[in-house]
Amino acid sequence: MATPELLWKNGRFGQTSRRDAWWLPPASVLIGLSVFLVYANWAAWQNAHYTFGPYLSPFYSPELFGDSPHALFGPKPAWYPRFLPFSPALLILWIPGLFRLTCYYYRGAYYKAFWADPPACAVSEPRNVYLGERSLPLILQNSHRFFLRLSYPVWAFLAWDAIKSYRFSDGFGIGLGSLILTANVILLGGYVFGCHAFRHLIGGVYDRLAERPVRHKLYQCVSCLNGDHMKWAWSSLFSVGFADLYVRLCSMGIWTDWRIL
Amino acid sequence: MARPALFRIWRGNPEGGAFQDFKTEVDAGMVVLDAVHRIQAAQAPDLAVRWNCKAGKCGSCSAEINGMPRLMCMTRMGQLNLDMPVVIEPMHAFPLIRDLVTDVSWNFQVKKKIKKFKPRTPDAPDGTWRMRQADVDRVQEFRKCIECFLCQDVCHVLREHRKYDEFIGPRYFVYTAALEMHPLDTESRIAGLKNDHGVGYCNITTCCRQVCPESITITENAIIPLKERVVDEYFDPFRKLLRIIR
Repeated sequence: MATPELLWKNGRFGQTSRRDAWWLPPASVLIGLSVFLVYANWAAWQNAHYTFGPYLSPFYSPELFGDSPHALFGPKPAWYPRFLPFSPALLILWIPGLFRLTCYYYRGAYYKAFWADPPACAVSEPRNVYLGERSLPLILQNSHRFFLRLSYPVWAFLAWDAIKSYRFSDGFGIGLGSLILTANVILLGGYVFGCHAFRHLIGGVYDRLAERPVRHKLYQCVSCLNGDHMKWAWSSLFSVGFADLYVRLCSMGIWTDWRIL
Repeated sequence: MARPALFRIWRGNPEGGAFQDFKTEVDAGMVVLDAVHRIQAAQAPDLAVRWNCKAGKCGSCSAEINGMPRLMCMTRMGQLNLDMPVVIEPMHAFPLIRDLVTDVSWNFQVKKKIKKFKPRTPDAPDGTWRMRQADVDRVQEFRKCIECFLCQDVCHVLREHRKYDEFIGPRYFVYTAALEMHPLDTESRIAGLKNDHGVGYCNITTCCRQVCPESITITENAIIPLKERVVDEYFDPFRKLLRIIR
């Protein structure tokens, strides 16, 4: 099949007849993701101020090994290589990190924002070579569902942390931190369980889905969440960062946790 | 209320061309195609423009208006900033015939490469089938496509990277999804999608979904599910193992 002969040649980077502020969405994504990446990396390497009372920062949960009472298997194990820096967050944060990195929504957003591929719809690109997600390295994006499967238990631990955040030393109570951790779990749940890969695995894979009523119902629920996947992605990104910041500042004594009940 | 507006329209042929300015009055409720017709009637009778239904259903009047692929008949003048010239160009991803008319025949060649519908044996002795409405509804969305090819035009894999030989484009992923997810269909198009039709080239810009005049959720309901089916087949050993055990 012959390739069509085109009059229009690839333009200079950014060339377009568009009149709107096409650069604004990718610029916002660039700034938003960069701020989160810098903060999350800084917070993950601290190995301090990640708990406060019944609260555990979501960056450090589940705390497999560590010095806080939340640690599942006690302090840093003796077998842990001495040359490697230790932080409980580093043992776990790669799961949600890679889940977000390979997420269909984020892929589309960061290809535009960080790689200008394309910078925006109908805007010229800076390079002619294009491999897409067909060959290395981007063919690895097909591993998204593996990180989804690993994200279920991580989310379950965060849900358990949110429940535990209502159990203060003097009994049941509600602090502002409890509400922040609960909101975080809800937003993360909306993001994880509205994932495109989850939608496929739960029912999208079947052509005769209506013959499986439970899966069909679940597929409808997931589709409903999936329709706002971008909103869930951003709100949960913000909430997870803010929850860590809240616990950290309370732990450092800069903020005081407001005990509602 | 009538007001003057400046239109900057591409005039030319496959050898080349240039923008030409036209001033005309626009009235309340007019669409871009009305204005182009007014220019054609009064100032440029040789201006080539393809149109048919003027109701957003035939997909003939696809063009680029102020840089975005749109149907001229569905773009109201009220949506545009008339303090600046309205730029109208032909679709960039297809060969120009003249002025605003492009040759979209490549698309029809692509369609021939996709495996046809192959229904299972009939469910009833009278040669008919039984399907659940919910399963039909899922693929019904894809049948709204009017083949305006705006999604093909905006897709950077075709528009910028010219992968015409390796990539079938969003329109034909929608077409493939309509067949592949059909409750009666027994054919598999997964190997073709991966190897010949280049579904892996799609990097989920969602531009195709954004320009679709029929509001088909192209990326989320057609392309991503097809990508996931490719993952089922080629990149998920757990799932493959599960299928063998079952």
